[in-house]
Amino acid sequence: MRLSKPNIQLNAQGKLHHFLTLEGLKHTHLTEILDVAQTFIDPATGEINKVDSLHGKAIMNLFFEPSTRTLTTFEIAEKRLSADVVNLNIETSSTKKGETLLDTLWNLEAMLADMFVVRHNESGAAHFIAKHVAPQVHVINAGDGQHAHPTQAMLDMFTIRKHKKDIFDLKVAIIGDIQHSRVVRSQIQALSILEAREIRVIGPTTLMPSNPDALGVHVYHDIEQGLDGVDVIINVRLQNERMQSALLPSEKEFFNLYGLTKERLKFAKADAIVMHPGPINRGVEIDSEVADGEQSVILEQVTYGIAVRMAVIKTIFDNAQALKK
Amino acid sequence: MNLLVKNIRIIDPLQNIDEVTNLYVSQKKIAAIGTPPPAKFNAETTIDGTGKLLFPGLVDLQARLAEPGSYYKGSIATETKAAVAGGITTICCPPDTNPVNDCQAVTELIKRRARQAATAFVLPIGAITQGLEGKLLANMVSLKKAGCIALSQANQPIQNSLILKNAMAYAACNNITVMLRCEDQQLKNDGVAHSGAVSSHLGLAEISSSAETVALARDLILVAETGVKAHFSLISTAKSVEMIGEAKKQGLPITCDVAIAQLHLTEYDVMEFNSLFNTTPPLRSKDDKEALRIGLKTGVIDAIVSDHTPLNRDDKLLPFGESKPGISSLETLLSLALKLVEEGVLDLLSAIQKLTQNPAKIIGINKGSLTIGNPADFCIYNPDHDWVLDRTKLVSAGDNSAFDGWQFTGKVEATYFQGRLVYGD
Repeated sequence: MRLSKPNIQLNAQGKLHHFLTLEGLKHTHLTEILDVAQTFIDPATGEINKVDSLHGKAIMNLFFEPSTRTLTTFEIAEKRLSADVVNLNIETSSTKKGETLLDTLWNLEAMLADMFVVRHNESGAAHFIAKHVAPQVHVINAGDGQHAHPTQAMLDMFTIRKHKKDIFDLKVAIIGDIQHSRVVRSQIQALSILEAREIRVIGPTTLMPSNPDALGVHVYHDIEQGLDGVDVIINVRLQNERMQSALLPSEKEFFNLYGLTKERLKFAKADAIVMHPGPINRGVEIDSEVADGEQSVILEQVTYGIAVRMAVIKTIFDNAQALKK
Repeated sequence: MNLLVKNIRIIDPLQNIDEVTNLYVSQKKIAAIGTPPPAKFNAETTIDGTGKLLFPGLVDLQARLAEPGSYYKGSIATETKAAVAGGITTICCPPDTNPVNDCQAVTELIKRRARQAATAFVLPIGAITQGLEGKLLANMVSLKKAGCIALSQANQPIQNSLILKNAMAYAACNNITVMLRCEDQQLKNDGVAHSGAVSSHLGLAEISSSAETVALARDLILVAETGVKAHFSLISTAKSVEMIGEAKKQGLPITCDVAIAQLHLTEYDVMEFNSLFNTTPPLRSKDDKEALRIGLKTGVIDAIVSDHTPLNRDDKLLPFGESKPGISSLETLLSLALKLVEEGVLDLLSAIQKLTQNPAKIIGINKGSLTIGNPADFCIYNPDHDWVLDRTKLVSAGDNSAFDGWQFTGKVEATYFQGRLVYGD
């Protein structure tokens, strides 16, 4: 890929100023976040304690698309860092009244926001916002269209690291709707940067990106072959729209072909972990026995999401501070 | 007024002229080319063209002039000025104006405004169907009589094959040229970027090459069946070049053009979600770009067009998929075409041919050449003038150039329209 242009999410010292995508980031950018996240988890209790780091900083959660889990974990993360938090539900806001996205942003900026956490239905929306905010304002991408969801991918990496020590040398299989998933795009980038040994994607051609080679993944249409010998299995949600646009016949047929069942899990390594960014569709992409089984780490992912998002936010503010000095 | 341009390298593909000589203009028309002046010729103005080139005024088969429509995106007056700044003196404007050019009144309005501006020759293209909706035929013959040089659907191709076939048959028996852009809306599926490596990375909704070629295959069959005189606009894929080349070989009397941007940009330019690179059809792969360049060279592609689309800033100040497609490109058409000469894709005569003689022939007008008696439309080009494009300084009301910061060697220095200086000093 041609990525010679300066990465707009990095500052003059090459540190994160925004967090928009994992594309173009280095190993150290990712490990730094994972290491900082670890410091927020109390080793004795496993709980996340409140810290005073961001006292006086204003963070606005700008959600142009509905979300429960991501918005909530961001809000908790921001509050644990002692930031002032405003949630903006765009359904009730001015873009509906004809105000452009930029006017909305500039107004919020004038209210002295230090950071925007943005979710939007257009791929590239977070980049667009980052290009147009004032230089001291930071932007975190909480999911843009089908492009990226970098904090979700980072919490997945954190979860893998918890169980597997090092991501290097792991074989990872991602099952389901690869083409329409921003989470998967970011996961693939994270796994590539952290040098996972092999990244497999499993599903029918209709759910695969048009150019999987460009992403550096191996495509499997047969789930048993795809799961053979893997260390990590990531399941992603199958959305109803896919049936309406004739990409799949039915949920039932999808489950028959690609549903993660106990029998199929046996093809992976015995100590393989099962992940899912949620929300899960039981009986569509995953069987309850697996989702609630011993190898599942699905609920841990949610808890780690808070620590990882705290780490991303804190790292960005610390980098800005370091730049001032 | 008699005008003499002397000692200038004159390029006229139609007459196969490439030599340093003199051009004589009298009564707004080309009077002669050569060393001795025509009888009784006394030059009132003499220009020394030493070291410069002289081309026939360019004929652009597709440029939007923003009128009728929203004034803040420009007008026929502003956009014809931009055209002549780029050496273009004849402009065909597609019917996707507001209101749509689907009736005589709109055609006449465009022609009137162009006469008032008096900067370049404007030839409206009428709509094939009412409101470009692809349902009911527009009054095709009335449009032709009002002055539409051809009919098209701009970027809204007819989806219903029966309606398209009927439109073609009706156009054929009335000797009307149709300009067709090929795009299957269902395959396009609200996509915004070429389906390839970059869309796979960025998660942008994809437009496959088949969205163009499936429609092209249908259109070629219907052109053969109805015998309509057809010109294919803005082809963008390698497969399209192959299919049109094959159809021409079999004797189908068709022509086609390519937008200048497709010859220089690719899907990789979208990598930063920069909405200035949002175009229709989308910027395609490197292989497609190469095939289009080869298609020009072999003659499968007859003409190069600007596909000029001036937009206001707000249209581009949006996330990629929500921004409006289009590039402001009248002022870069010639420079970018001559870059193809620099890069060895075309020789100078062929490059100018694709911008003058060929497009003029496609629409059947006596323009695009310096034949004696033709209107004196030409431009003087300084091949040694280095410049860098600054999109905020464009003459066009649309500053949405995708070539901001590009370096060019050579620039239009003066443009004459009907023997009158309309650009330069």
